[in-house]
Amino acid sequence: MKDIKIQVNDLSLYYGEKKALKEISMQIPANKVTALIGPSGCGKSTFLRCINRMNDLIPSVSITGEMLVEGVDIYDKNVDVVNIRKKIGMVFQKSNPFPKSIYENVAYGPRINGLKDKGQLDEIVETSLRQAAIWDELKDRLDDSALGLSGGQQQRLCIARTLAVSPDIILMDEPASALDPISTSKIEELVHELKEQYTIIIVTHNMQQAARTSDHTAFFYMGELIEMGKTNDIFTKPEKKQTEDYITGRFG
Amino acid sequence: MNSQLPIKQTFTKESLKKQFRLSEFLAEKIISSVAFLSIAIIFLIFFFVFKESLPLFSFGNDAKAKTEIQTTTGDKPESYGTITEDLKPESYGSETTEELKPESYGTETTEELKPESYGSEPVSNDDLKPEAYGDTPKEDLSVASSDETMDAVSENVDGADRTWDTFLSTEWIPVSDNPRFGLMALLIGTLKVTIISMLIAGPLAILAAVYTSCFASNRRKEIIKPIIEMLAAFPSVVIGFFAMMVLATFFQDVFGYDSRLNAFIGGVAMALAAIPIVYTISEDALSAVPKTYSEASLALGASKSQTAFLVTLPAATPGIFAALLLGVGRVFGETMIALMATGNAALVSVNPFESVRTFAATIGSEMAETVFGETHYSVLFFIGSLLFIFSFALNAIAEFYVKGRLIKKFQGK
Repeated sequence: MKDIKIQVNDLSLYYGEKKALKEISMQIPANKVTALIGPSGCGKSTFLRCINRMNDLIPSVSITGEMLVEGVDIYDKNVDVVNIRKKIGMVFQKSNPFPKSIYENVAYGPRINGLKDKGQLDEIVETSLRQAAIWDELKDRLDDSALGLSGGQQQRLCIARTLAVSPDIILMDEPASALDPISTSKIEELVHELKEQYTIIIVTHNMQQAARTSDHTAFFYMGELIEMGKTNDIFTKPEKKQTEDYITGRFG
Repeated sequence: MNSQLPIKQTFTKESLKKQFRLSEFLAEKIISSVAFLSIAIIFLIFFFVFKESLPLFSFGNDAKAKTEIQTTTGDKPESYGTITEDLKPESYGSETTEELKPESYGTETTEELKPESYGSEPVSNDDLKPEAYGDTPKEDLSVASSDETMDAVSENVDGADRTWDTFLSTEWIPVSDNPRFGLMALLIGTLKVTIISMLIAGPLAILAAVYTSCFASNRRKEIIKPIIEMLAAFPSVVIGFFAMMVLATFFQDVFGYDSRLNAFIGGVAMALAAIPIVYTISEDALSAVPKTYSEASLALGASKSQTAFLVTLPAATPGIFAALLLGVGRVFGETMIALMATGNAALVSVNPFESVRTFAATIGSEMAETVFGETHYSVLFFIGSLLFIFSFALNAIAEFYVKGRLIKKFQGK
């Protein structure tokens, strides 16, 4: 299928002896928003971090199974992890701008890819900030430290920073969990606009957020993928009892 | 039903009354007094060191008191250097030219070999340097007369001035009939050694810290860190010994320079002493950088080294800066290694392979041999104060100026 971006086959992940993800198999469509929901500790963030191999940073982690992105297994030993991460960007739960100026934060990605031309950098910084809907707020203070921004601005700056390296896929790990409702709605609008160009996978604890923003929803529980389908279907007529219980708030 | 329950009064003026907590009060007072004590100790040290060098600054009354001490001890052999120097300013100009010649210095050493006969030595000196020198010691011998004491007081005013004049000279010849306290030579020596050692220790220690905190696996880190820190426990005399016996020979074979013990060897040895300090503190600073920064960088497709040098290292700038400053402080005041490995010749040159003499080594080697209260003694204490002032100034500049600039450069406004 050509509009399948990521195909996961029997992916299992172990923290040492503990099996944190159990034979996950799923398909993530291109240019859509896929939400991963589930109670804390169910493995949805772990799964998200598998997609751009951030779990490589944890020494005790071992992974079996396949993660095919456009047909290529990213866990193949000939695959360079740096190249994967350039194409699969990530926005973290806690906004984490670098302790640099706003400009430098966005320009960092293009810079490490060897872009030196000031004009081009300026252009990328501006388009990225515009895409992240934060350009108007920040255009006069690009040289200020990013740490002086508010939480919501920081998070949108982080999104802009991710966009600046022009990835294909954007992973968002509870991007709005620490934000107020106004910032949250801005981020959600942003997600909505970005899906035109990017495949977005978003982890969220907020059921309404999943319902509002996503096209597909996957429900994780205890390291297993319980159910996945169109968001509408999952929220209106879930097939599994567990899914229904979770969505209606009976547990989790 | 609820309304029937008697309302239990939890908050009364009595229960909320201010309480005096003795232990709390004492703890607070003790902690703050200890803090102030430690600050006070630093200033007291400086004060007492500086106090000993005060005679250098006294162009009036203090000079009189000092001269009186010296004149009473005038006929004792051990004060020979001072008397001539303080009493006879007029012999200065003419002698300088003479002293520059090596042979006149040689004479002195022969004199020093038999100090007990020094007081009556002038006859032999007369032969060598007739015009300026001859009459001085003769006055020495008859110094008891009160006329001459008065004379000496007035002349000593010039003596203090003269000591100051010699500070800027490039010669350090403190024990001489015509002593010169060329602090410039010592300052240049100290700076040379400090710069050389920080050029070696800084990159080595910081790169080692970057490796352990950003690249090494946890197991390796647990092995490497204690080992480097163990270097800090090395007594500097051992490092000095190692430098003197092993490094000096090795580097002389490699570079083929003339003087075996020199600024470079001293710098290398002091780098060994400074590395563990710079390393430990840099490593702590790097490890304290939030993991989220490096995660963000890696998620953008940066390689490990790009992350380490473009994100983690700049984020740790203040800590690494503090580490370097402590390293400089250690090197600046390092005495034993300087004594053993730098050659201790107060030469002025930019060549790193020339021997140098540092401030600290000068104090260390000469303090035991100087006479209480005389100019040389005061100058040594003055050097001590200078060490204090320099490191204080260095820290102040670094803290308030350079650090701010660096942070601005690496971390935005």
